[in-house]
Amino acid sequence: MGLLSKKDAKLITDPLTDNNPITIQVLGICSALAITAELKASLVMGIAVLFVLGVGNVVISLMRNIIPSKIRIIVQLIVVASLVIIVDQVLKAYAFELSKTLSVFIGLIITNCIIMGRFEAFALGNGPWRSFLDGIGNALGYAVILIIVGFFRELLGSGSLFGFPVLGDAIEKTGVYSIGYENNGFMLMPPMALIIVGLIIWVQRSRNKDLIED
Amino acid sequence: MIEHIELFFKSIFIDNMVFAVFLGMCSYLAVSKKVATAVGLGAAVIFVLAITVPLNWLLDQYLLQPGALKWLGPEFADYDLGFLSFIMFIATIATMVQLVEIVVEKFSPSLYNSLGIFLPLIAVNCAILGGSLFMQSREIETLGLALNYGVSSGIGWFLAILAIAAIREKIRYSNVPAPLRGLGITFIITGLMGIGFLSFGGMLTGGDEEPSAAPTEQVESVETETTKEMNIEQGKSIVENTKTVE
Repeated sequence: MGLLSKKDAKLITDPLTDNNPITIQVLGICSALAITAELKASLVMGIAVLFVLGVGNVVISLMRNIIPSKIRIIVQLIVVASLVIIVDQVLKAYAFELSKTLSVFIGLIITNCIIMGRFEAFALGNGPWRSFLDGIGNALGYAVILIIVGFFRELLGSGSLFGFPVLGDAIEKTGVYSIGYENNGFMLMPPMALIIVGLIIWVQRSRNKDLIED
Repeated sequence: MIEHIELFFKSIFIDNMVFAVFLGMCSYLAVSKKVATAVGLGAAVIFVLAITVPLNWLLDQYLLQPGALKWLGPEFADYDLGFLSFIMFIATIATMVQLVEIVVEKFSPSLYNSLGIFLPLIAVNCAILGGSLFMQSREIETLGLALNYGVSSGIGWFLAILAIAAIREKIRYSNVPAPLRGLGITFIITGLMGIGFLSFGGMLTGGDEEPSAAPTEQVESVETETTKEMNIEQGKSIVENTKTVE
């Protein structure tokens, strides 16, 4: 059976597909889409959320019996805010350029609905280990969407991945540019992130008819 | 005066909370099924932004900025509490939302009935925290401008949710492909509206869409009407430049 029982493994795999936080639960779109113009920023954002949600879920789950329900929102906000400050300081210390690109969006992880949503829906009612798995699963589901969007936006918008030109040189006209291909600068505009997510939803829901809304 | 007008229109149209930076998307998507509820939430957002942004401006100016603690005495001048911004801002927002809820319930039950259920939602609306964080990162200069920024970005958010709610009410009668129904089509429409809002880009600042546009704004507020017109011409080329820069 290995490390995880079947039920626990489901906690991780479900959010990746049929219960994806972005495309199905409609959570956490706020701080995500503006930074997906580059794959690298999307990846870092995914990792940041993975850390905050994994650790935060455990902390909340450990405290779940001593938090008075009236002030739980504020307690949750304080926990997330402290974790996000750690992420922010680490990024500023080790990846200053990237933290400039992400600017306020690291701070906005605090109000990322995925985090509050998972605290409310899962961590308050489950033990630390399962909460941890749930946090990891949901953060991965979130990161997957970010990476897909980031991949297409960077590839079609600047012809590169992680900053490396993979389609040849746009100025020297090598690679695919030699046959007249052009970068679509529009992919780098913020609205295209929304449209790509819309298309992902379209693909996902036509593959799984149960998810279709009335 | 001119910088107030400029900031006002800039925050409503060019840096629209929803279309330019995707803030408050969760409640934007969740509460936009009916126009009436959308108006309620939009009004609550304007209200809370108008209170929290100036308040956090004061906190930022007198507590958090590097050297902001000078008023306590010269030995505090080196302190930089900037790393505490997130926790201070979110604490202010959470308490203010709670306070506003209590005050409104006490003094205006009718307003409370229309806003009431939305107020708790707002504490975790990214648009509110985003307003404060952008206020900090754009280095807004005076309390008046901070108030202006809060109100006008609230109005921008209000317009966005009103528009999408109206569209969603209409689209119920259209034949949308089944897998796109509901969420999918809302995303795509929002994207299209965002593209529409991009065209406001050249309206005030000559197409300068840099997030840190505060210093250039000052320069341009001194410029005369004629240079403004020239800017619009330049705007087109600058928009194209920003495409590649972004």
